[in-house]
Amino acid sequence: MGKTVTVGNKKVMLAPFSSWMVVFVFIPMALVVYFAFTDGDSFTLSNLQYIYTYRHTLWLSVELAFIATAICLVLAYPIAYILSRASERIQRNATLIVMLPMWMNFLVRTYAWMTLLENNGIINSALRGLAGLFGSEFDGFAMVNNRGAIVLGMVYNFLPYMILPIYTALTKIDNSLIEAARDLGSGGFQVLKRVIFPLSIPGIISGITMVFIPSLSTFIISRILGGSKDFLIGDLIEDFFLGNSGVVNYNIGAALSLVLMIMIFIATFFMNHFDKEAKTTAGGTI
Amino acid sequence: MKKALVSLVLAVCMLVSVLSFAGCSDNTEDTVTLNVYNWGEYIDLDTLEMFTEQTGIEVNYTTYASNEEMYAKIVSGAASYDVVVPSEYMIAKMIDEGLLAEIHTDKLENYSLIGDEYKGLSYDPEEKYSVPYTWGTVVIVYNTKYVDEEDVKDQSINLLWNEKYAGKILMFDNPRDAFALSLIKLGYSLNSTNPDEWQEAAEELRNQKDILQAYVMDQIFDKMISEEAYIAPYYAGDAIVMMEENEDLAAYVPVEGANMFFDSMCILKTSEHKEEAEKFIDFMCSTEIAVMNAEEVWYAIPQLEAYELLEPEQKDDPMVYPPQEVLDRCEVFVNLPQDIMQLQSKLWISLKTEY
Repeated sequence: MGKTVTVGNKKVMLAPFSSWMVVFVFIPMALVVYFAFTDGDSFTLSNLQYIYTYRHTLWLSVELAFIATAICLVLAYPIAYILSRASERIQRNATLIVMLPMWMNFLVRTYAWMTLLENNGIINSALRGLAGLFGSEFDGFAMVNNRGAIVLGMVYNFLPYMILPIYTALTKIDNSLIEAARDLGSGGFQVLKRVIFPLSIPGIISGITMVFIPSLSTFIISRILGGSKDFLIGDLIEDFFLGNSGVVNYNIGAALSLVLMIMIFIATFFMNHFDKEAKTTAGGTI
Repeated sequence: MKKALVSLVLAVCMLVSVLSFAGCSDNTEDTVTLNVYNWGEYIDLDTLEMFTEQTGIEVNYTTYASNEEMYAKIVSGAASYDVVVPSEYMIAKMIDEGLLAEIHTDKLENYSLIGDEYKGLSYDPEEKYSVPYTWGTVVIVYNTKYVDEEDVKDQSINLLWNEKYAGKILMFDNPRDAFALSLIKLGYSLNSTNPDEWQEAAEELRNQKDILQAYVMDQIFDKMISEEAYIAPYYAGDAIVMMEENEDLAAYVPVEGANMFFDSMCILKTSEHKEEAEKFIDFMCSTEIAVMNAEEVWYAIPQLEAYELLEPEQKDDPMVYPPQEVLDRCEVFVNLPQDIMQLQSKLWISLKTEY
């Protein structure tokens, strides 16, 4: 790192950021905690019982987020690996392509999937046209308004957040380490397993966190691609805050948000722990 | 020092932006700005400009998608509105909670043009808080290309539960409308206060869930027009818009009955421009403006003089202005007691969370 150079007054420079954090992060979080443990005006723990009431919804959210994260990892790792070994020009263009969808609005992208997957959507229409050429009838696949479509929506929307950190971790690996492993007689698979993979764990960890957390808390994908049939935890929280079901209840909504926050903290903590371990065992030689 | 300067500028920018949010509620300006909060796609926007031209009062027009959304926003105090257009059961609730201001209907020039049959209804019996804007019924829309004539012959609500069309049926994604259909199917009042009837209705909705394609609100337009779904319940005026886009669509008011709704203009108690708000409401009730709005949104209007001026194709459309015998089968929502609202919320959430 070298010497720290002080330019200007640190406090002044931090002022915009820290006031932003206080107003838009700490105060809202404190309010969530306050609402979760109060009932109108007095302290209560009764809101927490709803965590048990809606455990199936919580579990479904965790399950779908987990599946989406696993699929993202399986898809992203090979892509990131190939990318990191490609020529610089290809790397530049390919990372641009990975990021390109992120320039469009999240909602628009998700709605686009709806029109792709519907029974009269682009994919099924094309397949039907193809079947027609061979003179056969095709009813179309049921691809939307089910849980698979929700997972697809998550994978599509959050995949770049898995590819980019892994790619960055892989490009940082010192080539001489790979050469050394080769010199010592490791085969291609051995190098991947014992050198490249352990060194890319920090990237995998941040990728998992960045995909799992938004997947866990998403609330619009299930409505657009899941046909609004089953609530995810995000939908449930929204419902309590907006009162779509007829009753506005900030307290229950906050209690459920709190669970979500705690789950996210645990996930982050767990991941950080892993990250450190990976650095001390595998990265210790660097 | 350059960086310190940059950060100072940023800090100032932030402060200004925060202050300008606060400026929304500023009332010391010369020209009055009315904040009007209405349903989406529910007005001819030209009428707003005409109002400003005539009165010099600016209109800040925003929209919502459901009564509940509007209510939540008003109760949270996040924004201050002057004029809102809730449906009848929401008006009753807002009157109960003291959210609405009295309207001096005697001062409104055009109030007398509104039909007496639309005044003093159960939700506002003393006609003190609301001025009717539009009305209509819920209808069942279906696609004649895919739905057999036999299945719609009896014009029954049971079409929404017909397993033959599994995966092609849509349903309201809001509990009040969805439970109303379910209660009507069972032969109960849609304003039932009997918890057992609500439990039964929830059971019906649970049975229906398996054959539904999706729960939707605005997406219904796309899905019905593109023939992704064949059967759906919706509000009459919007159903007509869909039928214009796809000629194969047809609709009927179910024989078992349906929800009849009234959307009325109200002034919020917190409004600081009540006089101007009354001017706005009066303007909307004038014949010229009522005709413009009716032609734009195709909902039924309670303004009799304007009704007479409408084109025959709109005036005589039984979907927009259903005959009396159909209206006799319809029921208007009333505000449900708190315990039933709690039950409705609980049942709706369990419909979406238990599988």
